[in-house]
Amino acid sequence: MATVEDRQFRVEPFPGGTPGNQRLVEEGRLPDYDVVGTRPIRHDGTDKVTGRARYGADIKLSGLLQGYVLRSPHAHARIVSIDTSRAAEVPGVHAVCTNADMPSADHRAGDLGEGMVDWYHLNQNVLANDKVLYTGHAVAAVAADSVHIAEEAARLIEVEYEVLPPVLDVREARGADAPVLNDDVRTDRQPAGETGDTPTNVAKHFHYEKGDVDAGFAAAELVIEREFTTETVHQGYIEPHTATAFWSPDGKITVWTSTQGSFMIRMQVAELLDVAISKVKVVPMEIGGGFGGKIAVYLQPVAAVLSRLSGRPVKLNMDRSNVFDATGPTPGSYMKVKIGVDAEGKITAGEAELLFEAGAFPGSPINPGCMCVFACYDVPNGRIDGYDICVNKPRSNAYRAPGSTHVALATETIVDEICEAQGICPVEFRLKNAVKEGDERVDGVTYPPVGMWETIKAVELSDHWQSPLEGPNRGRGIASGFWFNFGGNSVVAATVNEDGTVSLIEGSTDIGGTRASVAMQLAEILGIAAEDVTPTVVDTDSIGHTDVTGGSRTCHATGLAAIKAAEDIQAQLRQRAAMLWDVESEQVEYGDGATLTGPEGKTISFQEISGKLTQTGGPVVGRGSVNADKHGGAFGTHIADVEVDPDTGKVQVLRYTVVQDVGTAIHPSYVEGQMQGGAAQGIGWALNEEYHYGDDGRLHNASFLDYRIPTCYDLPDIETIIVEVPNPGHPFGVRGVGEVPIVPPPAAMANAIFRATGVRMRSLPMSPPKMLHELLASDG
Amino acid sequence: MPRVHIPAPARDLTGGEVELEVEATSVRRLIGALDERFPGFADRVLEDGELKPGLRVAVDGHVRAMGLLAQLEPDSQVHFLLAIGGG
Repeated sequence: MATVEDRQFRVEPFPGGTPGNQRLVEEGRLPDYDVVGTRPIRHDGTDKVTGRARYGADIKLSGLLQGYVLRSPHAHARIVSIDTSRAAEVPGVHAVCTNADMPSADHRAGDLGEGMVDWYHLNQNVLANDKVLYTGHAVAAVAADSVHIAEEAARLIEVEYEVLPPVLDVREARGADAPVLNDDVRTDRQPAGETGDTPTNVAKHFHYEKGDVDAGFAAAELVIEREFTTETVHQGYIEPHTATAFWSPDGKITVWTSTQGSFMIRMQVAELLDVAISKVKVVPMEIGGGFGGKIAVYLQPVAAVLSRLSGRPVKLNMDRSNVFDATGPTPGSYMKVKIGVDAEGKITAGEAELLFEAGAFPGSPINPGCMCVFACYDVPNGRIDGYDICVNKPRSNAYRAPGSTHVALATETIVDEICEAQGICPVEFRLKNAVKEGDERVDGVTYPPVGMWETIKAVELSDHWQSPLEGPNRGRGIASGFWFNFGGNSVVAATVNEDGTVSLIEGSTDIGGTRASVAMQLAEILGIAAEDVTPTVVDTDSIGHTDVTGGSRTCHATGLAAIKAAEDIQAQLRQRAAMLWDVESEQVEYGDGATLTGPEGKTISFQEISGKLTQTGGPVVGRGSVNADKHGGAFGTHIADVEVDPDTGKVQVLRYTVVQDVGTAIHPSYVEGQMQGGAAQGIGWALNEEYHYGDDGRLHNASFLDYRIPTCYDLPDIETIIVEVPNPGHPFGVRGVGEVPIVPPPAAMANAIFRATGVRMRSLPMSPPKMLHELLASDG
Repeated sequence: MPRVHIPAPARDLTGGEVELEVEATSVRRLIGALDERFPGFADRVLEDGELKPGLRVAVDGHVRAMGLLAQLEPDSQVHFLLAIGGG
């Protein structure tokens, strides 16, 4: 077989897309499917565009009470006492709760499928009882006839605090003199290391090493070492958190909520309230964005406790300031990264020291940051140290490719600097150093077939890269990024209806069009139209355990479950046809065009046999259950054109192209939507988004007026080039697509800004004030 | 014979060895064999007989859902990694 360098590629429009939607095609190779790769209208589209879709805040129940959460005004304080008596006496108040109304928790680890949680820390994050560790930390809650009564009563709760000094910066927090947030935290050295024995803010220290790093740098002709910082940023989902709960007198708890994973909510509620998971039913409502931020519980256990105390259903909603103050952002960071290259531009060694904010409790994405920092390149010698450090900010949570965007800023900026110093084209450098199948990351894992090289080839062949960019203060940059993706547990049940359609139920909440992409995979196997499958997302009592919609796993893993369900249906229908024809089922084939064929030219269509189920044994239900573990990682490379206003420092994005290996695009429109959405978030992170804290630890910009996410006025129509290097771990070759597009933008923007201005930006966000400061400094 | 990649923080137990060949047909047996050669290794990766919370095993580049029960082939490559949470 020819090496990848010898194969012939071209970039062409992706059928059915807009002019900006393209794909990389290898000569002589095009996927051949009937449903996969087409663009049917999403099954939930009408409900969503007409406003009929029901979100968490839409829930109305008989006797429903409204709740309000009292939050800490201090970033760091010990709780001396809480007196709720005055609040409880307010007319219209039905329940007041504090941490004392929850079962106590101990230090055990909970596996949320995609990551771990310490139950004691989660208990303390839901309602603090010992210390508050960030402004907005929940302390108590009230349920009343109206939210206004609940708020008024909550303000009568008397909390006596012993205010302590906060620490907000990771470098300060790991110092010997820093105030320690959690007396129970010791440095856990990973993987497979030992645990420290003194209280500290440094919760984890990850260490990876490969080859002879010192020799690698000694062999380099050029070594560049730089420092980088990023600020705390939020996922910025539009729908705030919401939870409604009813704790029935028979001990059963029902929770209606907006979540990425109803089964993870069930697990957390059950564990924190010390009830069996079978006693908890979680009803997932439509979700207005999550991006990793709607996996952990905040309101759900509190609403349940208030319901138990009041005997009535209770709804808790966050407002925008609550979301910023108290829900998981992605961490700010400090990074020092060094890369060496030989005279031909081949990387000889890499070294990284990474410090990530954990927030109030351990759990930053420092480990994936460590594993991603050199993931795009064949680095023969590498050393990586990463630290998870507690600071007085909200407990950090996942955000699209957690940790990878941070480190890509560092690596990709240094790569660009190397190209500049050695006079190498950034595309040529990446083609030369890109990882391929069989290459080993610094953490030791060897890559299966991956498409990093192909994404760069697509950049090289793209109209964007080949079009000149002219004019003053303008520049073009590229950057690459990696994300692992995930597999995990998924279950699908599919019932054949008498009219030849299929009702599909699944447990994956639909964030990015996965009802459609899962239904399409079942339709492809059965040979029917995607429109003939009706997908429904159901509650935790109605389907088997399904992991979160996150980690870019749903189209892959729930799609695999749908394929298995379709294959189960095929097998059952072959038996039914055999019964009708009085032959053995082995003599019946399920062929193209949804037609079953038997001996002597017998045929019957899927639709025809669907009408004969009652007489052949009753309804046919296909089942698919997987714990998928061959998800395949994904790479992306982005091109950014910018213009920098030398008077204001404002950066305008002129043109932007996302190139990404998606394995196989099931529904290209939703793949392109993920690519564009991820890029938009990455551009916002690059240019404007940041938490502004005062020295006292109070957040000063907890609103979308002051925390600036990009709008349509800030972004061009983002172009896409889909690269399809099939994942061998999926019958159609699916890789996850949702996360990797957020990774390259900050670095691509920084590299473009350098081309436009000659200024290297190594600190996010590259906002007008910071940009102008650097421009003026560079003028001398 | 399966090969196992020793995580950097555990190389103090293996005298700096990075990759070892271990005769084993499952991850559980591989850990047992490593512990016999390098006493203390099992304590680094196991807790109450199970993989430590958050620790995962990758076989041939794929994190295996079956963990200790994952079967090994003669040419398998084994890595110990930490759970990675996506967004």
